[in-house]
Amino acid sequence: MTNPLIETENLGLTLDNRRVLDRVNFTIEPGEIVTIVGPNGSGKSSFLKCLIGAVAPTEGTVRRKRALTIGYVPQKLFLDQAFPMTVDRFLRLAGKTQAHERAAVLARVGVADAGNWQMADLSGGQLQRVLLAHALIGRPELLVLDEAAQGLDQPAVAGFYQLIEAVRQEIGCAVLMVSHDLHVVMAASDRVICLNGHVCCEGTPTVVSEAPEYRRLFGHGTSGALALYQHEHDHSHDNDHAGHSHG
Amino acid sequence: MTTAMTTITRGIRMDEFLWRVVLASVGVALAAGPLGCFVLWRRMVYFGDTISHASLLGVAFALALGLPVFLGVLVCALLVALVILTAEGRMHHTDTLLGVSAHSALALGLVAVALLSGVKVDLMSYLIGDILAVNWQDVAVVWGGAGLCLGLLIWRWHPLLVSSLDREMALAHGQNPRREAMIFTLALAVLVAAAIKVVGALLITALLIIPAATGRLGGHTPERMAILAALAGVAAAVLGLLGSFRWDTPTGPSIVVAALVLLIVGGLMRRVF
Repeated sequence: MTNPLIETENLGLTLDNRRVLDRVNFTIEPGEIVTIVGPNGSGKSSFLKCLIGAVAPTEGTVRRKRALTIGYVPQKLFLDQAFPMTVDRFLRLAGKTQAHERAAVLARVGVADAGNWQMADLSGGQLQRVLLAHALIGRPELLVLDEAAQGLDQPAVAGFYQLIEAVRQEIGCAVLMVSHDLHVVMAASDRVICLNGHVCCEGTPTVVSEAPEYRRLFGHGTSGALALYQHEHDHSHDNDHAGHSHG
Repeated sequence: MTTAMTTITRGIRMDEFLWRVVLASVGVALAAGPLGCFVLWRRMVYFGDTISHASLLGVAFALALGLPVFLGVLVCALLVALVILTAEGRMHHTDTLLGVSAHSALALGLVAVALLSGVKVDLMSYLIGDILAVNWQDVAVVWGGAGLCLGLLIWRWHPLLVSSLDREMALAHGQNPRREAMIFTLALAVLVAAAIKVVGALLITALLIIPAATGRLGGHTPERMAILAALAGVAAAVLGLLGSFRWDTPTGPSIVVAALVLLIVGGLMRRVF
């Protein structure tokens, strides 16, 4: 086994007497794509905050690889008209870069002309691409996306996931994504972890391209970037998932 | 001979007086513009209001203990900021908390000043400023405070910008948003302490916010907005002073009115061109 980028051991978090996370054991290896799914209030965001160091866990440990570089794509950016910021200036916030590097990364994520646009004027889809460019420009070892596809319509989500998969192969980073949408999980995920306070289950995503919901929404033309990951929450945890690790 | 002498000395003294007034107001405006940009970006207008109102309480403490006003205001502003940042999100919404503390700080300050027996205090001079009374020592305090404030902003410019944009993003960049919030608060407290003699507790926020809003009209990047805000602040200070001499109006409010006129003119020009 290689050295994991991040590893948690029996991680627990209690906020305001509420048990948010309970004995979560987690690792992510270099180059791996891991998706965390779970309903709203399942502790996904808190878990992500623990991983990037924004929140200190109340129990257990988080070990990050020394000098780990993280590219973080937030859920959204509250940037209003009061804050003047061109896309190019925004990319320069990520660190020292050359103008041609910034132009290249914008072109790569599909918003080549956006350099002089104001951040506040971007559409939802454009903003997500710019946020991705911001996360990628430092060539991170780990790309973290917090519900990054939220607010995009379904075909745009498919396109966005395809883009992430492609850039992952180009720069070889690991990808950690969080989604509340149990039905939309990237097929390229090496592992899907279902979180609901504790780890309900984890395993490879089942590609269910035959499922009627999937067909109705996406047809067959999405090159398998989306998969349907069917999961019931109040079930017995015993028989339906590979790699089961019920806490 | 004697008359000529008097005229000459009066001329020199008038000159010196003007220099002091101009230097004090320009010094405050120069730092208030860029700092005000951060107040807007961090959506902390009400927080700025609270800190500046709390300065009156600081004045009362300073007078009671015989300390320099700058020190009393600085300590008091920092204490109030600390209380707010600690209590934030505990029991009440932040907005409620700031609404309570902004006006309580002002009321407490007014009561505290009134309770000071034996000290005759011109309350108005601390509420709306009394720039015409500044001496060279006050000018030095203003420039020292403004310089410290600008120095903090320039030193922490990049991390302050990132943490003002998004807390999680700053953390992912390996930065410490809590520390940046403290530095921002410190800069704000220093400026309020430096500015109280110039514009007074009631109007400091205006000098932070209005030039920054004017800077936004022409600035496409944070840096340009900050520089334009500083220029708009300085222009407002000079125009306000001129207006106050011309029409014999109170200086602090005149500077704020000039800042407002600049904002309106800027907004109209942006519409036309």
